[in-house]
Amino acid sequence: MSFRRSDTGGTNVRFTFEGRSLEAKEGETLAAALLAAGVREFRHTPASNQPRGPFCMMGICFECLVEVDSRANQQACMLNVRPGMVVRLQRAARDPEA
Amino acid sequence: MSGGGPVADVIVIGGGLVGAALAYGLSREGQAVTLLDEGDNAFRASRGNFGLVWVQGKGSRSPAYARWTRASADLWPAFATQLLEETAIDVGYRKPGGLTLCMSEAEMESRCTLLQGLRTSLHEYDFQMLDRLELRELLPAVGETVVGASFCPHDGHVSPLLLLRALHQAILDRVAYRPGEEVIAIERRDGLFHVRTRRGTRAAIQLVLAAGLGNAKLAPRVGLQAPVVPVRGQILVTERLQPFLPLPTMQVRQTEVGTVMLGDSHEEVGFDVSTTVAASRDITRRAIAQFPFLGDVQMIRTWGALRVMTADGLPIYEQSQTHPGAYIVTCHSGVTLAAVHAKQLAPAIARGDLPPELDAFCAERFEECHVVQAQ
Amino acid sequence: MRKVDLAVVGAGPAGLAAAVEASACGLSVVVLDEQPTIGGQIYRHIERVVEAAPGRTAALGDDYLRGAALAQSFRASGADYQEGSLVWHVEGSILWYLRDGRSGSLKAGRILLATGAMERPLPVPGWTLPGVMTAGAGQILLKTAGLLPGQRTVLLGNGPLLLLLAQQLLAAGGTIDAIVETVPRARYLQALCHVPAAWGSGYLPRGLRMLRALRRAGVKFYRGAQDLRIEGKEAAEAVTFRMGARMVSLAASHVFLHEGVVPNTHFTRLLGCDHLWDVGQQCFRPVTDRWGNTSVEGIMAAGDSAGILGAVAAEDAGRVAALEAAHRLGWLDSSIRDEKAHPLLRRLENQARGRRFLDNLYAPTHRVPREPDIVVCRCEEVTAGEIRSAVRIGGHGPNQMKSYLRCGMGPCQGRMCGLTVTSLIADELKLSPQEVGYFRVRPPLKPVPLQAIAEACPTEEMAEAPASGQARWG
Repeated sequence: MSFRRSDTGGTNVRFTFEGRSLEAKEGETLAAALLAAGVREFRHTPASNQPRGPFCMMGICFECLVEVDSRANQQACMLNVRPGMVVRLQRAARDPEA
Repeated sequence: MSGGGPVADVIVIGGGLVGAALAYGLSREGQAVTLLDEGDNAFRASRGNFGLVWVQGKGSRSPAYARWTRASADLWPAFATQLLEETAIDVGYRKPGGLTLCMSEAEMESRCTLLQGLRTSLHEYDFQMLDRLELRELLPAVGETVVGASFCPHDGHVSPLLLLRALHQAILDRVAYRPGEEVIAIERRDGLFHVRTRRGTRAAIQLVLAAGLGNAKLAPRVGLQAPVVPVRGQILVTERLQPFLPLPTMQVRQTEVGTVMLGDSHEEVGFDVSTTVAASRDITRRAIAQFPFLGDVQMIRTWGALRVMTADGLPIYEQSQTHPGAYIVTCHSGVTLAAVHAKQLAPAIARGDLPPELDAFCAERFEECHVVQAQ
Repeated sequence: MRKVDLAVVGAGPAGLAAAVEASACGLSVVVLDEQPTIGGQIYRHIERVVEAAPGRTAALGDDYLRGAALAQSFRASGADYQEGSLVWHVEGSILWYLRDGRSGSLKAGRILLATGAMERPLPVPGWTLPGVMTAGAGQILLKTAGLLPGQRTVLLGNGPLLLLLAQQLLAAGGTIDAIVETVPRARYLQALCHVPAAWGSGYLPRGLRMLRALRRAGVKFYRGAQDLRIEGKEAAEAVTFRMGARMVSLAASHVFLHEGVVPNTHFTRLLGCDHLWDVGQQCFRPVTDRWGNTSVEGIMAAGDSAGILGAVAAEDAGRVAALEAAHRLGWLDSSIRDEKAHPLLRRLENQARGRRFLDNLYAPTHRVPREPDIVVCRCEEVTAGEIRSAVRIGGHGPNQMKSYLRCGMGPCQGRMCGLTVTSLIADELKLSPQEVGYFRVRPPLKPVPLQAIAEACPTEEMAEAPASGQARWG
């Protein structure tokens, strides 16, 4: 049901999402890596907690927002995966206490 | 429609917060009202308002203004409830009290002096100076360099955008609202005011000029003066945050949807509503000093709007002597005064007069009248 | 502060080609792009793919590979490339940008905006569900990560990119269940009058080849679909639509939407450039002269952000703009500029003629959402019904609408809802989009951390920079 990779090859990169360890390929975007790992829901909207996932993959729609290394509301489609990245769902509005 | 057609009781010129609140109040008095407004690119001081319903510090040189402001703040809760009942729109009005943060001991002192002065001239005036510890208890997120604050229990805040929307919704079936109709000419004939726009001429028994900066050009046509100049304010707004700021401050406030507004700049640049990097930088630096965690928060938008300013910063309320039945209403606190405009000023105009407490606000008080032509 | 002759914003085909040409004319050039690699969207990750995943290029086709040659020319040109740099404002001749979380600024003799296109929003019920993406997103996932959507994939909408995506996915080993096209059958006949020009520019032969390949692969084709809906609770589960009298429902976990591409005018709007409603392409674009000058002195626009002509034309337009910049900055005589630009301008005219066929055939079918529950502003979750009601209380323009309902106030800053809001107001008031206008766009161009604003350092040049380089009316 999720995306699959059409080619193998490329260096593996490990990162975590919601505490789970996931594998990505070096040089790909965080959004692609999450989709390849079967993640469909990236955030909950601040207005009504609706689940959302990537839509445009080019930095225009702001749907693919996730929390990366404690920074809220990062566009996953505009970031390349780095080893050891700690990624979490963006749960509604940013928490200033965090 | 021109010439013939029903004669309204009042034509209100200007559909922003001042005009809309008056039209709303007049309609509730049973008046037949026509509200004329400009188009989508109007200057709209309403859309650039910070949203404070603010009492503290106002009227230090005008007890009448201090009292009028306080009266409005007292009426606001009922006004907000009324709008909710009539339109199902919650305008986001909250009255937790308000704070003016002080960044130095000198600021604390001068603030205290100002408020003490008001207490002396009005005989009762609620405020409290908070030191760093007391302030931190109220606002844990406040920065190290904030020395203290003045607190006033009568202060609150509201969404100016929702307020305008609620007023427009409330008047939908009660007032003839005509957007996109800038006024071309005003004439007094046969005891009536005839107001011409691109769509024709309308007549009314009374006329209220509530067109903000546009009043400068309109006022002389009915024997009034409106020496107002634009003073630009720039505002920054952030992404939504979980609630962290329960009280509004003069320069930082968290809105009902969680966004944070940063503001309080004053520039005289004519009719220019663009924003500048320099002002954004200054506003941001102060905001980060006041709430350090804001550094990581994203700015979504800036905007500039033009305050409608008189030389002394006080409103102008006046009925024309040469053209009785024509009024001018102009102020820069259209949000704070919305309640008293709707619930006291409008009923007075409906009766054909202004409340006596507004005698201090006629334009004659200005020694020189600079009539600024809107471009 | 660093000074440069030409600052180019956007490292897609227009920006890269402009940088190559301008450098050849002797100008100092900086190309700034928000992304970490060159290529914009159409050639996204081109250098990496060619080097590390050559197998992918076979599926993506020659159109994509063209970017490799352009990338090489760019690398050899001597132009400076600043990757990962988000330009968030231009004030006077100073560009303000964010890089690695820090604020930077750059003064430029001339500025070329080459920020490309975006997909036209196709607001249908359920379009905000996870699993629903644009056709462009599908392409980007294939280009940048070699990803193929799994089972139950439906392509939905209208436009040549839909067919191209299908072809690329199949060539890469993916499967597609169906292509549901919304083009009314009658339009195929209307478009035929533009066939000669379309043939000449190469569009038509390519399109016909694509259709043949898809049919052979067993992809189900639906034409003239209406009443589109995407169903699902937490994610996309099915697509339903009407074919004439009968309702069709297809299981779908991956839905790719497309309704054509439109210029991304966010930057030109931010800088106060005049825009016009292009009736043929049903979108706004900045007013430019043949050289790419906008209505604001010193600001130029080229490529799809100035008007949709595609990637090949974007290179020519970039080069034309570079020649003009060189002329304006005193590096090139007007007669030399004219001589060098002449063949490029001819080619651009040819491409524009060929576009009319596509524009006619693939004119949007879903610009104005009919159903009230359809979400128009995705960020703030404002529906079409709410917008229509707000017109009735006085929302006669997009800025008053934004103020009433918050549409356009979320992080995407109105990019996703702008065209739809204008279209809805136009529909309610029976006006043209030109008469209705568009959101006022304000800095920052994209959200930036407040710390970066606080660090925007003052310089003596800033004191001189005119505050009203942007539109007087906001």
